[in-house]
Amino acid sequence: MNALQIKKGATKHSAYNLRPAFSEIEERHTLAVLVENEPGVLARVIGLFSGRGYNIESLTVAEVDHTGHRSRITIVTKGTPQVIEQIKAQLGRIVVVHEVHDLTVEGPSVERELAMLKVVGQGDKRVEAMRMAEIFRANVVDTTLDSFIFEITGAPEKIDAFADLMRPLGLAEIARTGVAALRRGL
Amino acid sequence: MTREMTGAKMVIQALKDQGVDTIFGYPGGAALPIYDEIFQQNDIRHILVRHEQGAVHAAEGYARSTGKVGVCLVTSGPGATNTVTGLTDALLDSIPLLVISCQVPTFLIGSDAFQEADTVGITRPCTKHNWLVKDTDKLSSTIHEAMHVARSGRPGPVLVDIPKDVQFASGTYEAPKPSTSHYKPRLKGDLEEITELVAAIEKAKRPVFYTGGGVVNSGPAASQLLRELVDATGFPVTSTLMGLGSYPASGKNWLGMLGMHGLYEANMAMHGCDLLINVGARFDDRITGRIDAFSPKSKKAHIDIDPSSINKVIKADIPIVGDVAHVLEDILKIWKSRGRKTEVEAVSKWNKQIDEWRAVRCLTYRQSETSIKPQYALQRLEALTKDRDRYITTEVGQHQMWAAQFLGFEQPNRWMTSGGLGTMGYGLPASIGVQIAHPESLVINVAGEASWLMNMQEMGTAVQFRLPVKQFILNNERLGMVRQWQELLHGERYSQSWSEALPDFVKLAEAFGAKGILCKDPKDLDDAIMEMLDYDGPVIFDCLVEKHENCFPMIPSGKAHNEMLLGDADTQGVIDSKGSVLV
Repeated sequence: MNALQIKKGATKHSAYNLRPAFSEIEERHTLAVLVENEPGVLARVIGLFSGRGYNIESLTVAEVDHTGHRSRITIVTKGTPQVIEQIKAQLGRIVVVHEVHDLTVEGPSVERELAMLKVVGQGDKRVEAMRMAEIFRANVVDTTLDSFIFEITGAPEKIDAFADLMRPLGLAEIARTGVAALRRGL
Repeated sequence: MTREMTGAKMVIQALKDQGVDTIFGYPGGAALPIYDEIFQQNDIRHILVRHEQGAVHAAEGYARSTGKVGVCLVTSGPGATNTVTGLTDALLDSIPLLVISCQVPTFLIGSDAFQEADTVGITRPCTKHNWLVKDTDKLSSTIHEAMHVARSGRPGPVLVDIPKDVQFASGTYEAPKPSTSHYKPRLKGDLEEITELVAAIEKAKRPVFYTGGGVVNSGPAASQLLRELVDATGFPVTSTLMGLGSYPASGKNWLGMLGMHGLYEANMAMHGCDLLINVGARFDDRITGRIDAFSPKSKKAHIDIDPSSINKVIKADIPIVGDVAHVLEDILKIWKSRGRKTEVEAVSKWNKQIDEWRAVRCLTYRQSETSIKPQYALQRLEALTKDRDRYITTEVGQHQMWAAQFLGFEQPNRWMTSGGLGTMGYGLPASIGVQIAHPESLVINVAGEASWLMNMQEMGTAVQFRLPVKQFILNNERLGMVRQWQELLHGERYSQSWSEALPDFVKLAEAFGAKGILCKDPKDLDDAIMEMLDYDGPVIFDCLVEKHENCFPMIPSGKAHNEMLLGDADTQGVIDSKGSVLV
């Protein structure tokens, strides 16, 4: 398989139509869905994914416009190009969905996730955990003589890496928010 | 115009202002305030059904035969849950419906109150959209919005759930105004894509129109434009089960229905074409058969108002998102302005090839002197009723496919059948809804005895409202389609597929206060059908037919269009293990 073929971002009208719509290769896409903040709207979105057998890798939701009652749902999903297109079309069909943006296709975007990690330990391990946290620019938001809670923000891969390092140092609990994402530039 | 009134009154006022004249429903505790308002007015007629599922199918029949939104009113809990099958049916066939379900008072929601069910939760996946109204002030605008959503874009069922305290409370009524909803599906197709399609039409040597329910849903203008385009180009046209009637069965370019039990010429044309123009259909699995062998040599254009239909199953080379009538109008305009060109010679050669396929006469069956063949019964029904102002509904199964094959439809909105969901028990209540909408017309439900029994309680509704619906039951004492599949796929082990302990349908009709007719001899059939037609009232026609007749042609599961079985072919082992997991 030519490496170029999985390049993302090409559309039907693009000069670089390198993304065959019926390819079998699975891609990870980050979707931003702007919805009316009314009861049941999250259930509609989640029900769509479960009912039609689509994947959700992560999902975050919060109201972003209090006067306009809009919420932004950020979904990270995985599927073949055809499935991704279907997901977008099906989301767009929900009456209370206002906009669907495929951040993976629409150009470069910034993805961030927040995580809190509780690390339990004493002595050298505790010092080592603290040193690692500094390297990763994680903040300490709670401390006892036997534990820290670190707060870390970054791309999901960075959080994965940090968690991997903390595991032998006494990682006891982890809470992650899932990805929030915005397109770069205007 | 705004004024104060109770929520219950508001429901009636909003429906009136939306032009609703008929609702199908069944009362209950949580619905009492609205029923009290119904009692005190005469503008909206309430049709009391015998089961809430019947109400939804009747509203579907009403909606399909008129193009208007069908309206139902049901109580909380079981009233609402009984609508689920009908809502799903309407969702899959894109039928505009409004179901008003009542709910326990807001202060009891979540307490497992008597007749409480999470109606919006249960119906979320089987409606286009639904609402729980917790504030009487928002009730009228919600109903107006619900009607807008039901009829706009790809039509579908919506549900508004109204707690009892919201019905009792007073609030401000708002009259309908031009919708401010952001929900405004696009009607006009992209002109660049349409021009591409016109260019393909000009160059096509073996074209075919594949039309669907979208043509019917788009309104009478769409059927008119389709006829104009088909006749002007001379291209052959086939249709799905849902689209029958949008192009007349007597038209010279008509191929008949396509798909699993479609006509040989229609499926062969689909397989061999070089340009496939899908007009308001959705490449359902009953149509495509094996996906990787579906119409392998064609360029595919797909006109659909719902963007999610495009590329869902079959990749469209020319995708056009828009309303069928709007798009057909633009196609005609552009095609005419470019000089009305087609590859006349090639197309006429193609039509000759199609005539050869027609000559196979795929609907031929072995006639019998002693028993009534179901195909023969439908041929006689067609001959004796085709010139009348006729509407047909069906149940689901072999009889449904035979009806689609042997009855001809000249107009859209004349054929009401459960396509996508395949709901047994659809036809009788649907025929009631159609007859309510068209009191002077002939309404026939072509049924199988097993399907018909699923909602037979609605005979009571037919008798109560003096609806002269004709229940034409092809009684083979079998679940015919199940039996056929068991014969083909499961070694003739007929597990649970016969109808034991059937009622005497003549006595049953009499018990309901209707007329019953029994016919078992082909020689008596015409007279018996005439007796049914001449009777001014509901009739149950028990037509005892050949018990082991199979429905052909048939594309076996997992096969391509050119691998059809035609009637007497040896049917053993035709479906391999891969095909048998399909339905």
